[in-house]
Amino acid sequence: MLINFIQWSKKSLFSNWWNSLITLFCIYLLFSIIPPFINWAILDATFSGKLKTDCTAGGACWVFISVWFEKLMYGFYPVEHIWRINLSFIIFIGTIGFSFFVREKYKLYILFFLIFIFPVIAFILIRGGFGLTIVETREWGGLALTFILAIFGIILSFPLGVLLALGRRSELPVIKYFCICFIETWRGIPLLTVLFAAAVMFPLLLPSGTFVDKLLRVAIGIAIFESAYVAEVVRGGLQSLPRGQYDAAKSIGMGYWQMNFFVVLPQAIKTVIPGITNTFIALLKDTPLIYLVGMAEILGIVNMAKANPYWLGMAVEGYVFAAIIFGVVSFILSSYSQKLEKKFSTENK
Amino acid sequence: MLRIEEIKNSVKKNLRLGNLIPQLLLLFTFVFIIYYFTSNAQTNMASRNISSGFDFLKTNSGFDVQFSLIDYDGSYSFGRAYLVGLLNTLLVSSFGIVFATILGFLVGVARLSNNFLLSKLSQLYVEILRNLPLILQIFFWYFVVLRNLPSTENSFIFLDFLIVNVQGAYFPKFIFTNFNAIFYGLVCAILAIFLARYYSKKLIYERGKSLPVFKISILCLILFTTIFALIGNTDLQLKRAELIQNFGIFNYVGGVKLVPEFLALLFALSLYTSTFIAENVRAGILSVGKGQKEASKSLGFNNSQSLKLIIIPQALRVIIPPTTNQYLNLLKNSSLAAGIGYPDLASVFAGTALSQTGKAIEIIFIVMLTYLSISLIISAFLNWYNHKIAFVEK
Repeated sequence: MLINFIQWSKKSLFSNWWNSLITLFCIYLLFSIIPPFINWAILDATFSGKLKTDCTAGGACWVFISVWFEKLMYGFYPVEHIWRINLSFIIFIGTIGFSFFVREKYKLYILFFLIFIFPVIAFILIRGGFGLTIVETREWGGLALTFILAIFGIILSFPLGVLLALGRRSELPVIKYFCICFIETWRGIPLLTVLFAAAVMFPLLLPSGTFVDKLLRVAIGIAIFESAYVAEVVRGGLQSLPRGQYDAAKSIGMGYWQMNFFVVLPQAIKTVIPGITNTFIALLKDTPLIYLVGMAEILGIVNMAKANPYWLGMAVEGYVFAAIIFGVVSFILSSYSQKLEKKFSTENK
Repeated sequence: MLRIEEIKNSVKKNLRLGNLIPQLLLLFTFVFIIYYFTSNAQTNMASRNISSGFDFLKTNSGFDVQFSLIDYDGSYSFGRAYLVGLLNTLLVSSFGIVFATILGFLVGVARLSNNFLLSKLSQLYVEILRNLPLILQIFFWYFVVLRNLPSTENSFIFLDFLIVNVQGAYFPKFIFTNFNAIFYGLVCAILAIFLARYYSKKLIYERGKSLPVFKISILCLILFTTIFALIGNTDLQLKRAELIQNFGIFNYVGGVKLVPEFLALLFALSLYTSTFIAENVRAGILSVGKGQKEASKSLGFNNSQSLKLIIIPQALRVIIPPTTNQYLNLLKNSSLAAGIGYPDLASVFAGTALSQTGKAIEIIFIVMLTYLSISLIISAFLNWYNHKIAFVEK
């Protein structure tokens, strides 16, 4: 065992003087980062208490997270209604988990449910109506808002993205060039300007007197912005489909829409799931930007707490907390999409 | 003849009812939406007594900007404020692109290293920084790292050259007298390099000999600039930032000051983008087959020749297209400057100027158009370059 280790380290760590130097440098780097971080985050940290004054150990003050937990997660959403947000997320995750266990042909129904029915259910649950108390959108916030916007954004952008991708490959010149211009324009501008436009400019474009909720405006902005990216991913899937599939569909007398809905899209969508997952990760990382148009997103709550006289200077703990959640979620999603990609690439060979 | 036939066919095809109706419908809907929005905007602007149009660009802005490459204060126009924002965006993006590329190449190569520790460490770097939202990283650098730097009195001073404290980083200003001479020297050096490259190409084709062009180029650069500088009597002075006490408050004055907002944005952008570039570089190098390297060895190329002439040109074909996208992403991501108040295009113009004038439509339109045109210019240039180096299959 030990001899094996020595042999291995001789081969891969100390094969020549240059390699040994690099190894020593790496060890130095690890030693100067990891022990201080562990000291700060665990050994010297305070875990229990009610106030900032309880944190005397000199390390991280996790009391801040436990006291502010509900605000960080749900913003100013009324505490007695938080189960509604949780239920929506459980339905969402449950549906996706369920889809792993059903047969291939039912998966399209699940996709249909997620795109057209789930948003309505979740919206009614979270906002209220039909007997549930209405919670105004300005009370929504925290990490839940980030996830709500990212999930709604990707779901709403999907149908539009598919249409744009089909349009870009259309033989009709007006439709083709319109789709190209639309996609390239949205891909060429930053999300932040889209958010500014949704928050400040869009109300000016509506007839005076009509009022569209700010969150809805932002959600629509995100969905349209994202549809351009989804369209490019879907286009990749459409292009990867062999020509024979199109010819076969046409030769049995299918029209354009029949061909796309029953032959082309079911196969193309399956191959673009990893790409869509990557787009979703990118969107999830971009959604915290809504803080810059004045929404109480998790970073907004952290920045607010930092200015609170009782919790001055609690920025690091808040950022580390947010970083761990974002890091874990996007790591899980990206390893899932990588696994899927590998599976598809071997299936096709 | 064939072309005319083709056009006739396509016109005929498009005039068929099934093809004509959707196209006209799309066109009509698009025009209607534009018309609907503009007419609403006009009535809304009129009712709020906001004049429309771009005349405001010439009026005095009345706000100050803390970091600017050109002379600017409140007495300048909004047009000038736009220019300040644009230059700041371009400044941070171009520095970011350079640093991200260098870092990305280093990390990408390190991930393929034989050294177990180094490759795992670079993988960790990529996985962590890639999966965290950029705005979080910007906040972390700005509010946590740079805010905790020492105060002005206790600044870090490196070799009397770089001064770092909580107010930013200070470099000495380089002041050249008779700079023209160096410039002419540079021009001559570049001419000489082109000549040397031409000559070495000719030598390879005619006699099969190669010249060390790279070494010659560096020699030319150094030789010509120093000779011209000596002839032209060029002098270089360093103007360092100096500690001055004013009403009991210490401050560094003079030199080149980089504000912490700029540094935080630059660090976050370059580190974040470097992870994506590192992945591209890794994929690019892996895509070059092992046989290529062996073949070049068996042809008698030495290590650097095979790297320069065989491996890198093929890897670049795979690396460049996705890296272009990352450059464009970096440019677009630089708009997150608004989060920490670095005066870039989005924060100066779509933030401050918009709230001063209330001209939301014009300003958002200008900002979007600017980002769009920079993106299109960069991608057009890189498409051209891509096309140039693309693999020609026979």
